Amino acid sequence: MNLPDIKYKRRPNISELVYIFFANITGLTVFNWEFFKNVFKPPYEIAEIKKHMDELGVKTFPIVSITGFIIGLVLAMQSYPVLQRFGATDFLPNTVALSVIRELGPVITALIFAGRVSSGIGAELGSMRVTEQIDAMEVSAINPFRYLVVTRVIATTMILPVLTIYVNFLALLGGFIAVIITESTNFEYYKNAVIGAVEFGDLIPGLAKTFVFGYIVGIVGCYKGYTADGGTEGVGRASTTSVVLASLLILVFDMVLVKITLILWPTLV
Amino acid sequence: MADTSLVKIRNLSKRFDHLQVLDKVSLDVETGENLVVFGRSGTGKSVLLKCMVGLLKPDEGEVYIDQKNVLEISPNGLNEIRKKIGFLFQGAALYDSMSVRENLEFPLKKHSQMTDNEIDEKVINTLSLVSLEDAVDKMPSELSGGMRKRIGLARSIITDPQLMLYDEPTTGLDPISSKDISELILNLQKKLNMTSIVVTHDLICAEIISDRAIFLRDAKIVYEGKIHELAKSTDPFLKNFFSNEIIRV
Ligand SMILES: Nc1ncnc2c1ncn2[C@@H]1O[C@H](COP(=O)(O)OP(=O)(O)OP(=O)(O)O)[C@@H](O)[C@H]1O
Ligand SMILES: [Mg+2]
Repeated sequence: MNLPDIKYKRRPNISELVYIFFANITGLTVFNWEFFKNVFKPPYEIAEIKKHMDELGVKTFPIVSITGFIIGLVLAMQSYPVLQRFGATDFLPNTVALSVIRELGPVITALIFAGRVSSGIGAELGSMRVTEQIDAMEVSAINPFRYLVVTRVIATTMILPVLTIYVNFLALLGGFIAVIITESTNFEYYKNAVIGAVEFGDLIPGLAKTFVFGYIVGIVGCYKGYTADGGTEGVGRASTTSVVLASLLILVFDMVLVKITLILWPTLV
Repeated sequence: MADTSLVKIRNLSKRFDHLQVLDKVSLDVETGENLVVFGRSGTGKSVLLKCMVGLLKPDEGEVYIDQKNVLEISPNGLNEIRKKIGFLFQGAALYDSMSVRENLEFPLKKHSQMTDNEIDEKVINTLSLVSLEDAVDKMPSELSGGMRKRIGLARSIITDPQLMLYDEPTTGLDPISSKDISELILNLQKKLNMTSIVVTHDLICAEIISDRAIFLRDAKIVYEGKIHELAKSTDPFLKNFFSNEIIRV
């Protein structure tokens, strides 16, 4: 694996920043390639993958729960006066449901996931790198890439969609709470309005992109951690830069994927 | 051609940016031999060990282990060689997320066909060699520096490797443990005919284990010979190095 050598200085100037940016992109591309070369080769380390999924789920469960609920609540609260202006308050459940399922649920969950998980993976693998644990694994003839990286990336890719579905539900629940505060309605009505509003073309692309986001979070955290150098300082750097890079890539890919979805399902616009 | 050397290094060179760490180093280590590597701090002893197992790519030169070229072999071939090598890192490099038991089990579970019971037994036996049976269920973060070193050593010998590379096995240990570890290394050589390359600053340890010693300085091997001969040398550098008068000859 030949990764570009990214040397950090205290305060990089513009040309160095540009260099660092492209070096990151190149490094990440090589790292991705390495992932796909390794992912289908045995041993599959199923136990490790399960362990990571458990950990990730437990770690992010509280924060995404709160966030999901509040997003739905606030979204409904904010949308109400706006819709009122157009005399369209009847569409409140539909607005909340579509916004959450198409965009807010997946992206906000992914960003929180990146903040919590990318940094954690970056720090964990980073400290394994600088304390030579990864080297130790390599000399005992165990492929550290497969054992450490592949398992984590698979785990993040599988767990984020699950979290997103859960967040979507909580957000819709939050939205319902906000609706009954402002308007006399019942759950049955709200539920039917939501189900009526959401179509296949909203649900599937919204969920499909979370696999990509989960993959981004895993691969970026692993890339930064796996290639960390420079002692403890390097570990901190791996942790923070992985959040920045992962969040940025999530937004960029969101843009691209939304565009692709709109091209593939034009009638639903 | 009868060739009894397990390790053969030819013209090995390695530099970092502007720092030439190794300059055309050549070295042979016989099967069953204990070789001690001396050198001031920062002269490239750790780098030499890492080049031998392919963790660092040297700029030029060749490394043969068991007649196979480590630097040109396929990844699978390299893994086959690595299974026969134990490596004790200078910082022990214990896996933080695993308990002591899991640390020791890890290579066995991956590479051997042993049953769980056999693995259990092997773990305890190996820990008793470094007198740390009691630490079996501790996490690495709960261990002292010297304990980590000894657990690291236990982990690297648990697969009964043919070749052991020790990076400062006794640094940070009290004199008694230090002597015990040195004797353990000697015993492994006698019982299993294990070949060892030991980087150390510890003259007592070196005196106990070494069949032969080399001295790294300015990126080259500058002295080579039996440790008592080196200690008796009139060369000012060696005299200075051995001046602690620990080795009475
Ligand atoms: N990854 C690296 N990048 C840059 N320089 C390095 C790297 N590893 C080692 N060096 C340099 O190579 C030289 C030799 O390092 P090495 O770790 O082999 O020393 P050593 O002989 O093991 O010293 P000690 O007895 O203190 O462990 C040092 O000057 C060090 O600065
Ligand atoms: Mg060293």
